[in-house]
Amino acid sequence: MGFYLSKSRTVMHNLKPKLGSLGVMFHQSSGIASFSHHQESQSGLIKNLGAGSCNRPTLFTIWRSEHFKAEKQLDCKQNSGGPQISDELAVRMYTYMAMLQTMDTIFYEAQRQGRISFYVTAIGEEAINIASAAALQLDDPVFPQYRESGVLLWRGFTLQEFANQCFGNKNDNCKGRQMPAHYGSVKHNYFTVASTVATQVPHAVGAAYSLKMDRINACSITYFGDGGTSTGDFHAALNFAAVMEAPVIFFCRNNGWAISTPVGDQFRSDGIVVRGQAYGVHSIRVDGNDALAIYSAVRAARQMAITEQRPVLIEALTYRGGHHTTSDDSTRYRSAEEIEWWRVAQCPVSRFRKWLEKEGWWNSDAETELRASLRKQVLRAIQVAEQVEKPPVADIFTDVYDAPPSNLHEQETTLLETIEKHPKEYPPNFSC
Amino acid sequence: MADGSLRKIGRFCLIFCKQKKNRTEGGCVCTATKIGRRGSGGGRERGFSTTTATTEEKRSPQQQHSQGNDNKKSSNINLFTAINQALQIALDTDPRAYVFGEDVSFGGVFRCTTGLADQFGKNRVFNTPLCEQGIVGFGIGLAAMIVNEAAKFRYRSGNQFNCGGLTIRAPYGAVGHGGHYHSQSPEAFFCHVPGIKVVVPRSPQQAKGLLLSCIRDPNPVVFFEPKWLYRLAVEEVPENDYMLPLSQAEVIREGADITLVGWGAQLAIMEQACVDAEKDGISCELIDLKTLIPWDKDTVVASVRKTGRLLISHEAPITGGFGAEISASIVERCFLRLEAPVTRVCGLDTPFPLVFEPFYLPTKNKILDAIKSTVNY
Repeated sequence: MGFYLSKSRTVMHNLKPKLGSLGVMFHQSSGIASFSHHQESQSGLIKNLGAGSCNRPTLFTIWRSEHFKAEKQLDCKQNSGGPQISDELAVRMYTYMAMLQTMDTIFYEAQRQGRISFYVTAIGEEAINIASAAALQLDDPVFPQYRESGVLLWRGFTLQEFANQCFGNKNDNCKGRQMPAHYGSVKHNYFTVASTVATQVPHAVGAAYSLKMDRINACSITYFGDGGTSTGDFHAALNFAAVMEAPVIFFCRNNGWAISTPVGDQFRSDGIVVRGQAYGVHSIRVDGNDALAIYSAVRAARQMAITEQRPVLIEALTYRGGHHTTSDDSTRYRSAEEIEWWRVAQCPVSRFRKWLEKEGWWNSDAETELRASLRKQVLRAIQVAEQVEKPPVADIFTDVYDAPPSNLHEQETTLLETIEKHPKEYPPNFSC
Repeated sequence: MADGSLRKIGRFCLIFCKQKKNRTEGGCVCTATKIGRRGSGGGRERGFSTTTATTEEKRSPQQQHSQGNDNKKSSNINLFTAINQALQIALDTDPRAYVFGEDVSFGGVFRCTTGLADQFGKNRVFNTPLCEQGIVGFGIGLAAMIVNEAAKFRYRSGNQFNCGGLTIRAPYGAVGHGGHYHSQSPEAFFCHVPGIKVVVPRSPQQAKGLLLSCIRDPNPVVFFEPKWLYRLAVEEVPENDYMLPLSQAEVIREGADITLVGWGAQLAIMEQACVDAEKDGISCELIDLKTLIPWDKDTVVASVRKTGRLLISHEAPITGGFGAEISASIVERCFLRLEAPVTRVCGLDTPFPLVFEPFYLPTKNKILDAIKSTVNY
C-alpha cells in the first residue's frame, strides 16, 4: 500500500510489518489517522472513514482515489469547456472501445478453453487505449508495453490479424515466435511488443531523436505501467529525453498494480507525475478513465512535443480491471469487491457511452446492434485463425540475422533430418 | 540483451548506434564512452606485431586491394587513431551517422573520438548522461527507427523491425593495472546471444577495416577494442575508406604441427610463443578468429585437418570462455584427425586481480609449455 505520510518515519517503521495488501495509512489532514489490516471487517472500515454510501469501495481504492486525484497535481491544466470532438470521432472512439472490450472478453475465454496459450486483457483501460490512439497520427511511432492492443486496433490492425498472432499461425506477421498478445506491425508504426518491462522506453527516446534530426512532423509515444517506472530503463529514458530534447510522449498507465504489487510497494513518491518533473520533463496527471481527458491531454502533449521539441509525461490514473494476464488470479491478492467496484462503477466504456447518449449520439438500439456485430466478428476471427496451419519450421532460423550464417544452415539441416526420422514425435500442422 | 549483459560486466562501454534507412544506405554511428583509466601502457613488455612479414608476403592481390593498399596513402598510427579514422569515415560517408556516449565530445577517455564533434557538430557527436543501459536503449531506438533490446529486435518482430544499424564499441582486456573492472574480457557473455555479432580486432589496420564493416553490417554488432593496444600498437594504416570481411578468420602465421586460435591482444603473445616454439623445431599455425559470432569454422577446421592439434588462448576466464565453444565444435568435426586433446590456455576463474596480473594472464611461457605438451602427447 502506498501512503502519504506527515508523521515521523518511526511510526511507519513500527507498523510496516503489518501492512498487507489492503493495509493503509491515511494522511493526517484527512482527519483520519488509522491503520487497518485487510482482515478487519469492511463495515468497520467504512465507519472509520465517515463515508456515507454503502457502495464505497474498499480502503485501497478510497485511499488511492483520495491521494492521486487528478486535481492534486501540481501542474494542472484545466480544460475549459472540454475538447471539441465531432460526433463522428466520438462514435468511432466508442465503437473501438467496445471492440477492444469484446476482443478481450472473448480471447480471454478462448485461453481458458485451452485454444490459445496465453492472453493479456486491457479491461478498465479502454479509454487510455483508444483515446490516446485517437489523438495521435499514424506517423507517430508507438513503443508499447503489452496492455495497449487498443492502440493497434485503432490504427487498423484487424481482428483477424490479432487472432493470427495469438494462435501463432502462418499468417502471424511475427511468424509464431512470441507469446500471444505480443503484437507488432510496421505498417501501423507499432513496434513489436516484448515481455521485458520498460525496455521500450529508451527505444522511444532514440526514435524520437531520429524524428527530430530528420525534422519529421511527428513524435514517438511509449506506454508503460506503474511498475515499469521503477526500472532503470525508465529513469535513463526520461533523463536522456530531457537532455536530448527529444519529442517523445511518456504515457504511464498507473493502474494500481504490478502483478500483485500494489503501488504502495512500488514507490513512495506522489505517483509518477513528480518523476517527470524531477527530470525536467513537462508532466501532467489525468483521470485515466475519462476518454475525453485523455484525448485532450495526448493532443496537447503531441503538440508540445513536436512544436517545442521536448518530452512530455502523462500519468493516467486508472485501475487494472482484469488479472495481470491469464497466468494470474488476482483474487489471491485483492478482494473481489474491489475489482467489481472498479469494473462496474468506474468502467470507462460505460462512462463514455453515457456521455454519448447525453449528447444524443448513441442509443440502446445502436448498442445492441454493435455488441452483437462485434461478438460475431471476434468469434469468426478466432475460428478462422484456429484452422490455419502453423508457420514453416524454416522460420525458426530466419531473422536471427539479416541472412542465416552457416551454423544456422547446419542446424536446420540436422533438425529436418531428425523430424523426418521421428515424424510422430513432432506436432503435425507445421509446414516443413 | 545488451542492457542486461552490460550491467553485468559493469562499467565499460563504448557504444555505437547506427541507423539505417530502408532506401538509402544510411548509417548512424553513436558512441558512448565510459570512464576508464587512460592506459599509459604501463611497464609491461608486450611485444607487438600485427601484420607480420609472413602475412604481408602471403597476401594475394585481391586481399591487398581490400586492405586498401593499392597505391593509397597510409600512415604509421596507433589503435585509437585508426579507430578515430574509421569513425570519421563513417560520419563523413553517412549523413545519418551519430556518435554519442559518455565523454565523446571532448575526444573520449581513450582519444578515439578526438575532433569528431568539431568536424560534424554537436547534433551528431554528443555526450550522453552516465548510463549504459540508457545509451544502448536510446541507440536501439535510433537504429531501429526508419526500417523500424538489440539481438532479438529483428527476430521477435518477424523481420518487420530491426536495429541492424547498431554497433556497440567497448574497450576490453588487461591493461597492466586495471584490476577487477578495467581488465575484463566479457566477450563470452555476448557470444551466447543469437542475433548479434561479436568482433575483436588485433591491430590498428585491422581495427579500422573491421569497424567500418561492423558499422555497415545490417546486424547489431559488439566491437571489442583491446585497451592495451590503444596507444602501444602502431602500424601502417591506409588512410582511405576500406573494409575487412566479418566472419572470416585469417591465418596470420602458417605452420604444420599445431594450430593456435586467438583474437585481439592475445595474438601478440601467442605469436611470441610461436617464434620460440620454432626454435625447438615446432611449426605453429596461428589463426586470428576476428569475428567470434558467427565464427569461421571452416578456416579452423581446414587448419586442424592439416596439423591435427589445436590450442586456444584467451584472457577471459577459462570456464565458459569462448574457447570452450571452439574446442567442442572442432572435436565434433575433427575427432579422428586429432593427435592430442584440444588445449586451452586462458585466464583463471577468478575476478581479475591487480598485483597478481602476471600470474593470472595466459602468458607466453604458459602457451609455449602447452604447445610442447600437446605436440609431445
